[in-house]
Amino acid sequence: MTALTRRCFGMLAGAGVASLAAPSFLRAQGAPHVVIVGGGAGGATAARYIAKDAGEAINVTLIEANPQYTTCFFSNLYLGGFRSFASITHGYDTLAANYGITVVNARATAIDRQARAVRLADGSRVAYDRLIVAPGIDLIYDSVPGYSEDATGIMPHAWKAGPQTQLLKSRLDALEDGQQIVIVPPPNPYRCPPAPYERASVFAHVLKAKGHTGSRIIILDPKPKFSKQALFSEGWEKYYPGMIEWYGPDVHGGIKGVDPAAGTVETDFDTFHGALVNVIPAQRAGRIARDAGLADDSGYCPIDPASMRSMMDENIFVLGDAAIAGDMPKSAFAANSQAKVAAMNVRGDLIESKVFPARYANTCWSLIETDDSVKVGAQYAPTAEKIASTSSFISQTHEASEVRKTNYEESLGWYAGITADIFGA
Amino acid sequence: MLWGRGLSGFLFAMVAAAAASAAPPEPEHGNRERGKTVFEACNGCHQVGAGARHGIGPHLDALFGRRAGSLDGFRYSSAMRRRGKDGLVWDAATLDRYLQKPRRMVPGTRMSFRGLSDKRAREDLIAYLKAATASAPASNPSAPSPPRPEIGGAAMAIEGDAAYGEYLAGECVTCHQRSGRTDGIPSIVGWPREAFIRALFEYKSNVRRHQVMSMMTANLGNEEIAALAAFFSGLDPQ
Repeated sequence: MTALTRRCFGMLAGAGVASLAAPSFLRAQGAPHVVIVGGGAGGATAARYIAKDAGEAINVTLIEANPQYTTCFFSNLYLGGFRSFASITHGYDTLAANYGITVVNARATAIDRQARAVRLADGSRVAYDRLIVAPGIDLIYDSVPGYSEDATGIMPHAWKAGPQTQLLKSRLDALEDGQQIVIVPPPNPYRCPPAPYERASVFAHVLKAKGHTGSRIIILDPKPKFSKQALFSEGWEKYYPGMIEWYGPDVHGGIKGVDPAAGTVETDFDTFHGALVNVIPAQRAGRIARDAGLADDSGYCPIDPASMRSMMDENIFVLGDAAIAGDMPKSAFAANSQAKVAAMNVRGDLIESKVFPARYANTCWSLIETDDSVKVGAQYAPTAEKIASTSSFISQTHEASEVRKTNYEESLGWYAGITADIFGA
Repeated sequence: MLWGRGLSGFLFAMVAAAAASAAPPEPEHGNRERGKTVFEACNGCHQVGAGARHGIGPHLDALFGRRAGSLDGFRYSSAMRRRGKDGLVWDAATLDRYLQKPRRMVPGTRMSFRGLSDKRAREDLIAYLKAATASAPASNPSAPSPPRPEIGGAAMAIEGDAAYGEYLAGECVTCHQRSGRTDGIPSIVGWPREAFIRALFEYKSNVRRHQVMSMMTANLGNEEIAALAAFFSGLDPQ
């Protein structure tokens, strides 16, 4: 560390300590304090990279309500019986033990931007010099008339991994031959664009494996087209002929609502009954970000494409699903990528470490059937307006089975890699 | 060096003798010429012949009779070193098993190769390796390196900025684990700098074909590639 940086963060630390209401969280006395709200793919990565690269020069506090994190990515593989629930669940012990991150297992309820502090559910406050907000999505239950938080026990969304995912799997596994599944995917933009269709694929995989050839999966989509559509359509025809029916709005005329008690989805065209109805409602940035005034009318948070810094507050960065990330999809890969850019800029702010130009990337693998995985990916760079795609690829139809199998093995490698990158290894 | 070669040769003779005394001489199944073609899938990482050196993988000279994970100057996975200590020695039979499914025989190996399921291809490859490696061409260290097409020359000449490389590596370690572990995606930790630069240029120019890698390398210039090579070549696999 140079004398310059030491002097510099010493100055900033003075400001930090003055506003610090909970000094018990302090690791190194006097170092600036970064607080991260949300320990998912974005938040935990940011915490780890700041702590790893800044060492004791920055104190890092990660606030996360859940003691363990079940990844939404790969949760479809759990539904399909390809992975155990334990294998997609991760703890924060390594981040605390190996990186010196203060992990606070509490719900952050509000951000006091004026005082630069985060309020926790127990009323205590954690002051910050820089705040990273990565709360993920909130579901807008009533975007589907008749749906509500109460209805999630009957019509699970399973769009936040955890008990909902386990409920959906138990409901799937209990289906009998001939019973019908209805999936209502969300409108754009939403977390993980190909996931509703990968989910239909793993549902069909489970039904087919049990010989439930009389069962059907009906997808009532509010969108006229969807991610990797040609690849999914080809795969469904190949592996599950006649089992999966997808209807866009030009056919069903619009989703009018659901009746959880009756197990029905009403559209302009017809009323569909499902022994299992998987409703995935519309989404927006997590509430804490919206309440803090970090979101715009879209419900998501505008950011500076070059740094992930909030357009609403220069001391705050917003990551992952909650952010408006231009051409990037809402995915764990994207959040992890954005987190590294934000982490670098936070260090640049607080200890004047070098800030390189932002680079972003994303790749999404989707499993259609055992050993048949397809992928889509892109690289991105900031422009004045947005994070813009600079190059991209997508799997092709009619690919050799060997290619698809390699994709699947690659996706397993990616999962091991990204979870090590997020939670430490 | 000479001693090592002598010992390897001696081991080879011993193994050959043991095989000869224990069982009727194995008929030579493989076809060396075809095996040479099969080896094209290997030679991006493994060198054989005059002046062969370690690359992404260890050189294969005097392979037969060599204890697994035993060469100086190559950073093997701990799994491979352990198997060597436990007595794994490369011969036609052990190579056949290993090449069929490397990660099944040596879980934790960093060799990024899924395996050759075709028995004849393995026999051909082993026949080729027997001929190409048993002549111990490394005994002539003054012989010129086998000609390799010029690639990535400009990046090779740049002294990479490892700090920049560490930042850029953020893009890589989402899939390629920094620890050097492999779980379906190759390890890129501790590769020789030249091999690393070469591989990235080969993806960039589609000599090596991979959708993700060709996308990831599309926006990497010489500075970036040199920086990444400086960073990753300086890491030790855990």
